[in-house]
Amino acid sequence: MLLSVKDLRTYFFTDEGTVKAVDGVDFEIEKGTTLGVVGESGCGKSVTARSIMRLLPKTGRIVSGEILFNLNGQTVDIAKLPKEEMRKIRGRHIAMIFQEPMAAFSPVHTVGDQITEAMMFHFGISKEEAMQKAIETLRRVGIPKPEQMINAYPFEYSGGMRQRAMIAMAISCNPDLLIADEPTTALDVTIQAQVLELLRELQRDYNMAIMMITHNMGVIAEMADHVVVMYLGKILESAPVEELFYNPKHPYTMLLLRSIPVVGKRVERLEVIKGDVPDPRNMPKGCRFHPRCPYLMRDLCDQKEPPTVEVSKDHKVSCFLYGGERDGAS
Amino acid sequence: MKRKEFQEEKFYYASQWQLIWWRFRKHKLAVFGGIVLLVIYTLAIFCEFFAPYDPTKYNSRFPYAPPQRIRFFHEGKFMGPFVYGYTSTVDLKTMRRVYKIDKSQIFKIKFFVKGDEYKLWGIWPSNIHFMGVESGYMFLLGTDRLGRDLLSRIIYGARISTSVGLVGVFLSFILGIIIGGISGYFGGAVDNFIQRTIEIIRSIPTIPLWMALSAALPLNWSPLKVYFAITVILSLTGWTGLARVVRSKFLSLREEDFVMAARFAGASEMRIIFRHMLPSFMSHIIASITLSIPGMILGETSLSFLGLGLRPPVISWGVLLQDAQNLTAVALYPWLLTPVVFVIVTVLCFNFLGDGLRDAADPYANL
Amino acid sequence: MALLEVRNLKKYFPIIKRGFTRKIVGYLKAVDDVSFHIEEGETLGLVGESGCGKTTTAKLIMRGIDPTDGQILLTLNNQTIDITKLKEKELRRTGVRRAIQMIFQDPYSSLNPRMTVRDIIAEPLIVNNVAKGKEIDDIVADLLKAVGLRPEYMQRYPHAFSGGQRQRIAIARAIALKPKLVICDEPTSALDVSVQAQIINLLKDLQKDFQLTYLFISHDLGVIEHICDRVAVMYVGKIVELASTEELFSSPKHPYTEALLSAVPKPDPKRKRKKVQLTGEVPDPSNPPQGCHFHPRCPYAKDVCKKSYPPLVNLGNQNHPHLVACHRAHELELEGVNV
Repeated sequence: MLLSVKDLRTYFFTDEGTVKAVDGVDFEIEKGTTLGVVGESGCGKSVTARSIMRLLPKTGRIVSGEILFNLNGQTVDIAKLPKEEMRKIRGRHIAMIFQEPMAAFSPVHTVGDQITEAMMFHFGISKEEAMQKAIETLRRVGIPKPEQMINAYPFEYSGGMRQRAMIAMAISCNPDLLIADEPTTALDVTIQAQVLELLRELQRDYNMAIMMITHNMGVIAEMADHVVVMYLGKILESAPVEELFYNPKHPYTMLLLRSIPVVGKRVERLEVIKGDVPDPRNMPKGCRFHPRCPYLMRDLCDQKEPPTVEVSKDHKVSCFLYGGERDGAS
Repeated sequence: MKRKEFQEEKFYYASQWQLIWWRFRKHKLAVFGGIVLLVIYTLAIFCEFFAPYDPTKYNSRFPYAPPQRIRFFHEGKFMGPFVYGYTSTVDLKTMRRVYKIDKSQIFKIKFFVKGDEYKLWGIWPSNIHFMGVESGYMFLLGTDRLGRDLLSRIIYGARISTSVGLVGVFLSFILGIIIGGISGYFGGAVDNFIQRTIEIIRSIPTIPLWMALSAALPLNWSPLKVYFAITVILSLTGWTGLARVVRSKFLSLREEDFVMAARFAGASEMRIIFRHMLPSFMSHIIASITLSIPGMILGETSLSFLGLGLRPPVISWGVLLQDAQNLTAVALYPWLLTPVVFVIVTVLCFNFLGDGLRDAADPYANL
Repeated sequence: MALLEVRNLKKYFPIIKRGFTRKIVGYLKAVDDVSFHIEEGETLGLVGESGCGKTTTAKLIMRGIDPTDGQILLTLNNQTIDITKLKEKELRRTGVRRAIQMIFQDPYSSLNPRMTVRDIIAEPLIVNNVAKGKEIDDIVADLLKAVGLRPEYMQRYPHAFSGGQRQRIAIARAIALKPKLVICDEPTSALDVSVQAQIINLLKDLQKDFQLTYLFISHDLGVIEHICDRVAVMYVGKIVELASTEELFSSPKHPYTEALLSAVPKPDPKRKRKKVQLTGEVPDPSNPPQGCHFHPRCPYAKDVCKKSYPPLVNLGNQNHPHLVACHRAHELELEGVNV
């Protein structure tokens, strides 16, 4: 097991109160596989990623839980690692790509400078050696004329190219795990297809695990081997990808799948999840989804939080419909 | 803004002004500045009441008297606030008065004492002063060449010095909004012309400009006329900063979706400007104005200090500083420089306040 | 009679070289000779990727910007007027402003944060003198109910609402004047997935209740397929295909449409995508390729495609037109998605 997250809780302490952005999350990622993390705004998927990378803002803190990472055979708890130790992991063993490539690059340094920086730090090689490797990496991600583009600035790259350059920077040190936080949301559909294909190839060639964070169910279906569905800081359902799409158990998952207009499947009326995603500062009592759930069981779902139940192999749900009334936490 | 407030309904009904207020409250320094300014302006408005003495009253016996310290204990006994008197002698070598503290003269400080007569705002006669001594004298900040109480003169001076800022800024406000608005709204050649003009005006060094303009004022004008002329001069260059803020806000707002929505709904241009665009940057304008008041105050003080602005018998902080113009005064009678402290405090507080307002001015930054 | 007809619409932005003498070095052809029509009561979809010109087309129809050339014909009360010729005042006077309304993409910037919901929705009513005083409150209450919000909400400010609710407020504002045509510019793109369905259903319901005609702009093909009757596909300022939704999706005739359809990730793990991978980038609209703009990325390109731009021809018939701009459209067998 490459990454094992156990009961992770990350809270933000602000003037307006404490936001329990990630509130008891468990999942695992095996070497070379892709975990899909799907959810809407406020669900905590980005905060989970940043917790793993230990890149939280001042107001955020990992309050409890473990993030067990397999570092060359040894198991390390990232959550408790001191900053200097984390620097050795970040970029080298765990890398991240973001939704907005311009946010990942410094506008005043060339792309080459930025890619080689990580390599030189982690491998201790010289600048010339690093530049050679960087050019090869740019070529690998499909950037034409990499020998010239290596010395260009990020703003000289076009949108899709920038995304590729960011991927190049992320994989330059051969990470074991690549965290992709909405990497294609801002891209045109045809470019998105190219980038996803590239990620799949890189995964094959480098035996790299990917944590793919997105709200797009189509991307999940294409990329993920295993999926977790998050909502307001909790995981509602966790299953292998085909199980999730063909046999969803949690009402949220079911409704979500039925409410998306799918190309090639025209329905008369889209199914709707009533209500809105609540403000994370003002979470509902009991099951977080209960105010919007058509299967609400009064005095149960609105009072206690449902426990996680395993309904079939590797398929876990957090919902009272599948039992657990006695075990639920209030 | 506390969590409870956020969760309450009133957050939903809160207009932008309420949101601004809540954000402003978080800036301790700005709130502090605001409170201090409130105190200063209260002193200025009711200066006749707060000043212990009539500022023009001569005391031939106490020229250049040093400030009397407020004491509470006399020979170990608690007496309440009081000051010691002076015995003065003339040093025959330097021909100057020398003051020695005379512990036998004890003047108790009382509040709401009867003192010099005055007319509040020139209308209501009274002789009650906020603070003073029933017998003897109280020169908390010393006296000047003619024995006039400096504290009283400073408080009276506050009225002129702080109001010059406000009047000047009001004029700049009008000019700034109109010219900045025209510039930002019409764009193109009009905008170009106005902006280049603004740049030219801004590049003229202000102090020589002010000096030249006020030197051109006829000497026989009454102090009141001179006062207004000074404010006009100060605002002639002060409007440019605001005009640029207004213009840039106009340019950015024009592209906002909700402005386009108003246009598509069929609103006239006038309505779009006043109903939709102006409220959006009112708060920025207020912040900008608050930050330009110190400039006015400093301008008046400088001009008057140099003798080119207000002149005695008008009392302003700058005029008071004229007495401190020579080395002898600074060396021997340093309390004459106290008006500087008041200027600094006022200017600093306006800056704190303005900073706080500017940061709070966009309550929608986080929403 | 079509409600709206766009003929040979062009919008060229001059590219000015920065310097002392402001020379025009070229043109960014954002919208390049676009023609289509919309029948009353139907929904026409406009699809394309960034730089294709769909948003500019919307702004031209709204007369937010002036076209470089072409006509936009609106039929009101059995009269057809070319609205490109009208100035702002005339647009108001002739009722054009009341007839065409828009729903913006970003629900956060399309509502004035300093106005109450009541004032926001009442604005079109006030400036068009539709009602006064208490009447306005009643109309606003009805509109809020029509979009699924409680009338009490009208005293609140926009920041009190979620994205989906704000979009409902924007919709209420758009239909306040009972317009004939509503342009929806990516109305669900900025919303959460679980809320998108609500808004889409709402738009469909309102279309029936208020007899609205929609020009629906989106890059999300799933939404387009769901709500549109006919679809126009745009690429770098031109329409490359225009057909009924069913036909476009099941048997596209332009290679770009085929690529778009296959590029959309389907939420079905077993449906592995065919490898119709497009190479290359979306072109720069200020310097598009010669000939057919799509040819550098087109897997079916031949010599003729590099030389001349293909005209838009009708491969369907008079009643069910299927317009395509491709030299090889008549001979290609392209893959669609089953509807």
